[in-house]
Amino acid sequence: MHTAHIMASCMGGIRTAGDLVAWMQLTRRMKIHEAKRYVAEKLGVDVFELTDEEIMREIRKDLGLGTVTSIAGSPKGIRAKWRIAELLGVPIRSVQLFRSQLGI
Amino acid sequence: MSQKILTRMGDGERLAMDAQEIRDDIRRGTAEAARRAGVPELTEAEQEELFAILAEPGRIVSVEPGREVIVTDDGCSMSFYSGQDGGGVGAPLSRLQAVLTYERACGADTTSMGHSDYSYKPVKPIINFEANDYYNISQVTTAPFLYGAQPNMGLYFQPDGPCANAAELMPLGKIDEARAAQEEACEHLRRDLVFVGRRLAEVGLEGLNFDTCGSAGDADYLAALQAVEELKKDLPDLPIIMGGAGEFVLGMHGGVEYQGRRLAGLYPHEQVKVAEAAGVDIYGVAVSTATTESVAWNLARAVTFVKAASEASSIPVHANVGMGVCGVPMMEQPPIDAVTRVSKALVQIGKADGL
Repeated sequence: MHTAHIMASCMGGIRTAGDLVAWMQLTRRMKIHEAKRYVAEKLGVDVFELTDEEIMREIRKDLGLGTVTSIAGSPKGIRAKWRIAELLGVPIRSVQLFRSQLGI
Repeated sequence: MSQKILTRMGDGERLAMDAQEIRDDIRRGTAEAARRAGVPELTEAEQEELFAILAEPGRIVSVEPGREVIVTDDGCSMSFYSGQDGGGVGAPLSRLQAVLTYERACGADTTSMGHSDYSYKPVKPIINFEANDYYNISQVTTAPFLYGAQPNMGLYFQPDGPCANAAELMPLGKIDEARAAQEEACEHLRRDLVFVGRRLAEVGLEGLNFDTCGSAGDADYLAALQAVEELKKDLPDLPIIMGGAGEFVLGMHGGVEYQGRRLAGLYPHEQVKVAEAAGVDIYGVAVSTATTESVAWNLARAVTFVKAASEASSIPVHANVGMGVCGVPMMEQPPIDAVTRVSKALVQIGKADGL
């Protein structure tokens, strides 16, 4: 059932920019259109391109935001989230904890 | 060639309906929701758009490109490894493996974990185990990773909890005693919700989900609102999602208020306002599916409630779309023809910010 909703309506998570837009809803209480516009502006793409795998794949790889396929040596997990927090200018609490552990 | 359209009943049973029968059910469904909540019915154009979604010939449907939304979840990764009671498929995966599978193989926008009981009370004695798992998984996930469970105030009544059983007192006419028991249970619940939230916040919690608030009535709903307010005072950067238990808050107590607003009987467009005032970041609207009505009737009703809530709200509104909610048939294995039509209609007509 979850997969059916994902196929029917979901932005696509880390396949595209779904996680980035989700961060804006969670941390800034942005409605969907505002959240998409904010992320698109930060990435320098059109809103329509946020769910285009062909475009978002390269952007995520270039910016180190984590990609859906596993690339050896490429940021993923907490290191990708660190970059996402900096790109979007939002607090991600797990990243804040990680940074504090590193003394940053 | 048959003019019938394949659709479902609210219990999942397949049936074929005439176009006029579907249009009639849409009209009855939206009128029922509008009458109950005092909100506008779907317009003729919206009703026709809903009909078109239901009548699409494909087995599954989807939103138009560019109209995708955020799909949050309520422990969906648990469905990989849990059993029938949790809608689970019983695959031998750890929590970590299940969460990463959901994030990377399914392309989910957010992921989450929760206790198997999916209630906050049983989390309290094992909070260190939960915190440890949460912390370890949060280091390897990329998408937002939430911790979720239900407030479930029913667990605080005897014989499971310390408070007198309100549901047993009410039939005896002991209304004051029943109300006092609910107020006492509400206070226990609020403390537990705050305890779990604060402890997980110490290990970098990225977001907390209070799911199915009000399942035991208005005092249950109040505890969640109070817990959100209290957590936000200490932890303003902690995202909190709050979801309802049904289209209106059950008045099991009847008199409890939040910031001067009586909670019993609040409909989704009113629920979002009290949630927003408490500090909630995303609100989940729940509408019960009637098993004896068609998906057309149920979905028209759900879309009417969700649209009114989305228009009234300043925070994102996500429609809850689990089994038996917001038009999804009430069965263990909801058919994907119905699920995807519910998904599309709630987004495109209901104007939901997410699911």
